[in-house]
Amino acid sequence: MKKHLLSSDDLTADDMATLFATAAEMHDVQRREVKKLPALRGRTIINLFFEDSTRTRSSFEIAGKWLSADTINITGKGSSASKGESLRDTVLTIASMGVDAVVMRHGASGAAQQVSQWIDAAVVNAGDGTHEHPTQALLDAYALSRHFGEGDRLGSLEGRHVVLVGDLTHSRVFRSNVITLTRLGARVTVVAPPTLMPAGIASWSSSAGFATSYDLDEVLPTADAVMMLRVQKERMSGGFFPTSREYTVGYGLTRDRLRVLGPEVPICHPGPMNRGLEIAADAADAAQSLILEQVSAGVAVRMSVLYHLLAGEGTA
Amino acid sequence: MPATTEPAVGPPGRTVLDARDIARALTRISHEILERNKGHEGLVLLGVPTRGVGLAQRIAARIAETEGVSIPVGALDITLYRDDLRRHPARAPQPTAIPAGGIDGKTVVLVDDVLYSGRTVRAALDALADIGRPAVVRLAVLVDRGHRELPIRADHVGKNLPSARSERVMVRLEETDGLDVVRIADSPDAARPAEEVAR
Repeated sequence: MKKHLLSSDDLTADDMATLFATAAEMHDVQRREVKKLPALRGRTIINLFFEDSTRTRSSFEIAGKWLSADTINITGKGSSASKGESLRDTVLTIASMGVDAVVMRHGASGAAQQVSQWIDAAVVNAGDGTHEHPTQALLDAYALSRHFGEGDRLGSLEGRHVVLVGDLTHSRVFRSNVITLTRLGARVTVVAPPTLMPAGIASWSSSAGFATSYDLDEVLPTADAVMMLRVQKERMSGGFFPTSREYTVGYGLTRDRLRVLGPEVPICHPGPMNRGLEIAADAADAAQSLILEQVSAGVAVRMSVLYHLLAGEGTA
Repeated sequence: MPATTEPAVGPPGRTVLDARDIARALTRISHEILERNKGHEGLVLLGVPTRGVGLAQRIAARIAETEGVSIPVGALDITLYRDDLRRHPARAPQPTAIPAGGIDGKTVVLVDDVLYSGRTVRAALDALADIGRPAVVRLAVLVDRGHRELPIRADHVGKNLPSARSERVMVRLEETDGLDVVRIADSPDAARPAEEVAR
């Protein structure tokens, strides 16, 4: 594995398999009374979050703590960044304290990549603008692998048809997911209204080997798994769709579509959900919903990522 | 770890234990464990991956033959508890499988192929402490080659094998390598045998 995890593209299929196998072992720790492994004792990890986050930040924090690393959280609000300090100065200040890893979320695409060039510590991209969110994609794929596996054994995603639906333009999860899922052999179709389909997706889809569609009802019956993406109201300045009602009718996972899907097809959502907009409460709370499994998988996968980036000096 | 040479031939070097020797050693260890424990009550065997797991299963099979009962067997991976994690590239942990009854109050017998520096056993004791509280922990190894770096000794030993640090002791087992043999050879890396460091 490379020194940093900035993009899903940094990982080969073998890297992903190794990360998943390790995550499966880490998952067992969650069932134990003593949720602690000594693997990263003496290491320091900074969670540097310039954007709001509940699950990603806390799951990185728990992951670091369960591996016995010292984890410290710094958020944009309440840090010197709000006094006008530049990103470079903030990061260099932190790096000077001798940290081993920086887990970073930032509103600017490419921020993590930039930071990795300034400091020696390992950098994990925990979401950069509308670009990528590699650990989310890993945990999604891992949660699906567990779902398709038997017992505690991980199943293969080879040939499974995974459908990603929603606000693709503003989604960093979608980019990382497409890379990760196709690399693991899944057949991927992305579905969105034309206004939320990113520019230039046609050339990317033909080179990366995934399909695009504007018609959810046409794609849904062939899905082996559905991943709903959040409608990112905070990133939308223009009118991407007329009304939220219209969006739900066209692209929401409604009660009717849930019926079409049947009870066997798993439903994922990276959260936070807009219930009633992109996903109906019935779907979010359905027995086949993996949404809470995704959260617990998130801790295991992030433990695995931190372990592989930080445990051995030989990996750096 | 898969065998690096043809299974039928095995690693180079002088044979210390052949298949029959290994079988006899395991039979003796099984009897010793029962004798020491005064029966099979409360016994749990935990093999240290990779080869310790196969050995633990064989010991359990022999105990089943003698006592007519099956005792719980599991695997205890120690990768994440090693004290030299930072010196080597990160390694993917092997599965840990604790039998359904757990280990609290049980007599846990750790089973491994080679006892060398004792650091693997130290790590295993740390791992055990995170999982539960056994009443007693004992150690069974197929080969004890000496050179301890920690105050640890085995309770049950298949063969004491005085060796030089510059030598390599290679255990190959049917389950993982396709044949049963223990061989000793000069290590190309005289400073510290690679095989045992990698374990």
